[in-house]
Amino acid sequence: MLSAVDLAAIWLTFKLASLTTATLMVVGTPIAWWLARTRSRIKALVGAVVALPLVLPPTVLGFYLLITLGPHGPVGHLTQSLGLGVLPFTFAGLVVASVFYSLPFVVQPLQQAFEAIGPRPLEVAATLRASPWDSFFTVIVPLAKPGFITAAILGFAHTVGEFGVVLMIGGNIPEKTRVVSVQIYDHVEAMEYAEAHVLAGGMLLFSFLVLLTLYSRKGTSVWK
Amino acid sequence: MTADSAIHACFHLDWPGFTLDVDLSLPGRGVTALFGHSGSGKTTLLRCLAGLERQGSGSLRFKGDVWQDSACGIFRPTHQRPLGYVFQEASLFAHLSVKKNLDYGRKRVNGGHKVSLDHAVELLGIGHLLDRMPDRLSGGERQRVAIARALATSPELLLMDEPLAALDLKRKNEILPYLERLRDELEIPVFYVSHSPDEVARLADHIVLLSEGRVVAAGGLRETLARLDLPTAFTEDAGVVIEAVVTSHDDAYHLTRLDFPGGNVVVARRPEAINRRLRFRVHARDVSLTLTRAEGTSISNLLPASVTEIAAADTPAHVLVRLDAHGTPLIARITRRSLDHLNIIPGKCLWAQIKAVALLA
Repeated sequence: MLSAVDLAAIWLTFKLASLTTATLMVVGTPIAWWLARTRSRIKALVGAVVALPLVLPPTVLGFYLLITLGPHGPVGHLTQSLGLGVLPFTFAGLVVASVFYSLPFVVQPLQQAFEAIGPRPLEVAATLRASPWDSFFTVIVPLAKPGFITAAILGFAHTVGEFGVVLMIGGNIPEKTRVVSVQIYDHVEAMEYAEAHVLAGGMLLFSFLVLLTLYSRKGTSVWK
Repeated sequence: MTADSAIHACFHLDWPGFTLDVDLSLPGRGVTALFGHSGSGKTTLLRCLAGLERQGSGSLRFKGDVWQDSACGIFRPTHQRPLGYVFQEASLFAHLSVKKNLDYGRKRVNGGHKVSLDHAVELLGIGHLLDRMPDRLSGGERQRVAIARALATSPELLLMDEPLAALDLKRKNEILPYLERLRDELEIPVFYVSHSPDEVARLADHIVLLSEGRVVAAGGLRETLARLDLPTAFTEDAGVVIEAVVTSHDDAYHLTRLDFPGGNVVVARRPEAINRRLRFRVHARDVSLTLTRAEGTSISNLLPASVTEIAAADTPAHVLVRLDAHGTPLIARITRRSLDHLNIIPGKCLWAQIKAVALLA
């Protein structure tokens, strides 16, 4: 039912979403922590920048990433001088783009979880001799666990569902940048509706199950 | 008290609408009550001592160790100060069992455990709760666990921020005996924030009176409460605290006699055994004065005393008369007319009739 090309696209999508989610947990946690704790005047600015992918057309995001990461962009210059080549139209470039694209879906649930915990547990931990790092991992992470799970699920699912950014920055290279959403587009272009149905139906079922899991988790407020 | 055993605290903090400005030398042992109305800065002072307020300037020397000195850029963060802190509301870690809450601070302390875990558990009576999660505890139980958790780190200083404020009277009375045991059995200084005169009178050895971020008075509990020049805090409730010993019980009349320097009082039968120490408050409004020892009165508690000071009371009709009953200070609240009629002046010897005492146990 699924061709080798379809399977390759599914595997690539899974790989992309997993790597992106892992990166986002590392990158998004400090950003969310800072946003939840800071009284800085640039909090609103940073919050708005993080949230931009929520409202921007993916093509706009993809376009600017293409320019920035491309051979004549500032990041492109840097990656070339480091001997890494340029990122657009590579799998690595796709991961970088996806991190930006899914950033708010990870940062916002984490920020809300951190804000709900408040400063008190950290103060309590400090009076019990725990250093800031120690108390983050032994108090904040366990208390924010529902937030971390929500963030990971949303980050993964949202990355699986991207299309516009992939097309702008990844193109359509089999086993490198051709993810499921692009493969569906190809099938439809080629009038292969039966094949498109299988993949599209699979995506529909996957997305529905993810959201169902998220919404039926007891006692957690789900970020919408 | 040598300089080395004391705690010197000097803090200045400017917030919009609130300034904390204190310079205190506090005793290095016993219970010191930080007392004042809400907004007087008691909690802020306690947080400064703990290092939880980093803004502002100040210095803190604890028994010879410098914990903080903004002039030299020294600031020991909270987790490096050997203190225990009990917050006003339940502050147990919700994701850990009672046992793991107790272990959290304890296993992070290097070196000797002066207070064993078993002792802390026994002292607070929480042995039967160890396997429970915090959400399965009552408010009073949670607070007892929080106190035991702080003690289990063998702190050299215990800070308590109105640990009973969030509890109803029943729970308060359930915890107060444990706090008294702490005071009597542990040899560490305890700072206790409260706005309840009864709690302070019952637990404290020393008192710091705060108002609008400043220290109004500081000193021993008995002497400080017996001062007539202190505004607000105790005026509507002026009175003294007397520490006495149970000396005898009268089973026929169901009475108990309490002795203290300067005399004794007889109160309704107490459950305490002979020789137990008890504190009681005598409100100024419950003390009346007679020039001669009254006969034919139903009041049985009469003490000879001399007048030391006379001051204005909370109404223009009344005055506060400070008395010395052979070493025990007393305050009487009488009318200005009685003052003139009886010609009460400092130095005069007379009799104080105590209509009622409030026992603090």
